[in-house]
Amino acid sequence: MADLKVAKSVSENPCHMCMPIGGILPLKGVEGAMVLIHGSQGCSTYMRRTMAEHFNEPVDVGSSALNEKGTVYGGGENLKQALDNIRKVYDPRLIGILTTCLAETIGEDIERLAAEYLAERGLADLVIVPVSTPGYGGSQADGYYLALRRIVAALAQPTPRHDKINIIAANVSPADIRELKRLLAAMDIEYTLLPDFADTLDRPYSDHYTKMAPGGTPLDAIRAMPGAAATIEMGVTVPPALSPGQLLADEYGVALHRLPIPIGVAATDLFLRTLREITGRKVPAGVLAERGRLLDAMIDSHKHNFAGRSVIFGEPEMVYAVTRTCLENGVWPTVVAAGGAGGEAVSLFKDVLAASPEPSYFLSETDFAEIRFRSAAAGANIAIGPSDGRYLTEKEGIPLVRLGFPILDRMGGQRILSVGYTGTANLLDRITNTLLDAKHHTYRTRIYDEFYKGRRLNLAPAQAR
Amino acid sequence: MAQAVAIDGRQDFITTKGRQISRLKCDDDSIAGAVSQRACVYCGARVVLNPITDAIHLVHGPIGCASYTWDIRGSLTSGEDLYRNSFSTDLKERDIIFGGEKKLAAAIDELVAKYSPKLVFIYSTCIVGVIGDDLEAVAKAAANRHGIEVIPVQSSGFAGNKAAGYRAACDALFRLTAPATPAEAALVGKDRSINYLGDFNLAGEAWIIRDYLAQVGVDINAVFTGDSSYGELKKATRARLNIIQCAGSMVYLAGRMEEAYGIPYMHVSFLGLADTADSLRRIAAALGGGSLSERAEELIARETAKVQPVIDGYRAKLAGKKAAVYVGGGFKAISLIKQFRELGVEVVMVGTQTGRKEEYETIDSLVADGTVILDDANPSELEKFMTEQGADLLVGGVKERPLAYKLGRAFIDHNHDRKHPLSGYAGAVNFAAEVYTTLCSPVWRHAKMGGDLDG
Repeated sequence: MADLKVAKSVSENPCHMCMPIGGILPLKGVEGAMVLIHGSQGCSTYMRRTMAEHFNEPVDVGSSALNEKGTVYGGGENLKQALDNIRKVYDPRLIGILTTCLAETIGEDIERLAAEYLAERGLADLVIVPVSTPGYGGSQADGYYLALRRIVAALAQPTPRHDKINIIAANVSPADIRELKRLLAAMDIEYTLLPDFADTLDRPYSDHYTKMAPGGTPLDAIRAMPGAAATIEMGVTVPPALSPGQLLADEYGVALHRLPIPIGVAATDLFLRTLREITGRKVPAGVLAERGRLLDAMIDSHKHNFAGRSVIFGEPEMVYAVTRTCLENGVWPTVVAAGGAGGEAVSLFKDVLAASPEPSYFLSETDFAEIRFRSAAAGANIAIGPSDGRYLTEKEGIPLVRLGFPILDRMGGQRILSVGYTGTANLLDRITNTLLDAKHHTYRTRIYDEFYKGRRLNLAPAQAR
Repeated sequence: MAQAVAIDGRQDFITTKGRQISRLKCDDDSIAGAVSQRACVYCGARVVLNPITDAIHLVHGPIGCASYTWDIRGSLTSGEDLYRNSFSTDLKERDIIFGGEKKLAAAIDELVAKYSPKLVFIYSTCIVGVIGDDLEAVAKAAANRHGIEVIPVQSSGFAGNKAAGYRAACDALFRLTAPATPAEAALVGKDRSINYLGDFNLAGEAWIIRDYLAQVGVDINAVFTGDSSYGELKKATRARLNIIQCAGSMVYLAGRMEEAYGIPYMHVSFLGLADTADSLRRIAAALGGGSLSERAEELIARETAKVQPVIDGYRAKLAGKKAAVYVGGGFKAISLIKQFRELGVEVVMVGTQTGRKEEYETIDSLVADGTVILDDANPSELEKFMTEQGADLLVGGVKERPLAYKLGRAFIDHNHDRKHPLSGYAGAVNFAAEVYTTLCSPVWRHAKMGGDLDG
């Protein structure tokens, strides 16, 4: 495996977004929570647009709408006014405040402002979770885990031991969240799943519309997380400083199991085995049958998949899970780009890729110009990741299997199911069928060009027979 | 639901025609926490300039600003496609502390080496405005180094609202189009052709209008900025007339060009049959009438005969429906009110993100008593007024779509990433078809939670 890091002063077609958008997601998975972005109006609007398009849901996010005055003299008044207005309209039980480049650069102390606000207004029941998410400070993946950690830090209380286990979910789809809950229910396990945006970001149509989406992890359940038997965190690529599971381990002694997102046979096995070990519950026959069906699917499609040479990009945790799944099926990774992955995560990727029989590039800080260049050079024929990968299709003819966040050019980003055995079979079908489509569309011309070479076939014409 | 207007200060941004005499407040900054649908100064500048096809659009700032705006517009090109890339200096913490000027200069050097552009726009973002990088100096040095034009766009996100971004873009365009030599200055207004301002060639709309005007006998000199190029824009001051479609974004530039070069301008609209015909007539008249006017009448008659029966067919199916409009600019809202009238649909709520005072006055004069008019709305207000006013349909952008659907209302995309044109006669048919498609879909009949299973 060759390592590549090109020093450049310009990013050419970004492969990731900024921290605050990552912070919105977990807050949308907490019951009664509303989000406020401390910065200029555009940030929240762009993020809302991206999320509305991915989830096909209204995504309300407030902004402190910092203007020149607030930028020069401090944005405290704007922030407090914004909190007042958010409370008036949405009546939330928890408000997450996420900062932006602007708020961070002018040095806004949101911890102090939040405390001041609660005291000034005499609010005992409202929880405010300030999260520092400068846009220049990391990618959306960092924002996602940091916001989760701050939510846990703000709410967690010393709690007597109980039988529930904590499940910290990565940025997977609402459909994936539902699948995780189904598996946990199938094993008869009591749990606190954080975040839980299965319903809040994929709401059923109903006769009544409420401004605050029903669902989400209950605040009391988060408060009680320190009493859990263990934490399973989907976050092997996550630095400990951003990890909510690490916080629960360090401050409350909750055993932490850091696992990859359960996509692929081995990762799903590991997830279920860990659940079994923690709780003593058996993996039910129905789930084992799903495993059997996945193995059957893998065997059915293995020759087709072996023709795949993949480009995998997106948030590090998802990229890690998909890379392992590709390796399980012979869709050998050629370019693996996990925007923002650093430190230990890099060696994690290198270790996994070392198992590949074919060469691969790992790119931790990159853009699509570089991914395109590397993919073309390596002869990649399938891309797996969010919608921006359509650029690889347009420019290099590499078809894209859409997965992750955000999916902006297709319907149903919220319904893409990839976790568990069933989800993996689903993902594998999408990969195999994309490879088959490409083959079926090109093989006539390709073989004609390669072998026909203008000669007439020596066959008697039909009418002469 | 009354809480929707409970936000202090929002009351002045909402009026009901016939019931209040107070003047609507507009072009003000959004209220904190009001969950405005608006974007920022940078966004305004970026959407206006981005359709210039052969320019490098370099965002000087953190990655997000470039990320959220990569190729999200449906502006088409007939030539180069450099504009479809999103370039960013991807500022990190160390750049915020030590300044980003060196990185910016290096970024320009790398891009010039790779793409050999004639023109580079550098967009300023929030933090650049705060750390005070001297874009002007970096641009000047880079321009000298490479012998190309490098134009800074002063679009720090917090310095006003989206409309301020339009002005920043217009300032950049004014600078770009200024005659550089006495020979060029001598050619100002000498060409017979016209400039077409405020069309971004979404789904080929500028091409449709170019074709109509060609049939009338009018040449377009430059489009600002749909499918335009450096070369075209450099000759912009030779035109004898500017016509403006999107006034919100371009009237400021037209005003500056009139002031500096004496090039007159007029407002046009190619949305809907009535506005399209009216605009073609006025352009022909402004350019001397005669055979131009004759050809305009012929075109109007020919195209109207083709599409009127189609529109009438839809009209018969849509009679009595009510629409709500919440779009970016005032000109679009005005045209939509008229266009809905052509379809027999009554507009019961109208709002915009960046409408101007004159535009709201026009809106007020067009709508019936009882119509709610509002500036810089938020989801809560949209929900309240769509429900109260009994709107069957909402016109808006990406963020508004899921809200309308959740409320069980039809929806029309009038946003900038659409893939079908809404201008001219072809566009009017598309619009009518889309209104029909969404209002008359069978899904609404089935959209009842539980159906009869929950009783």
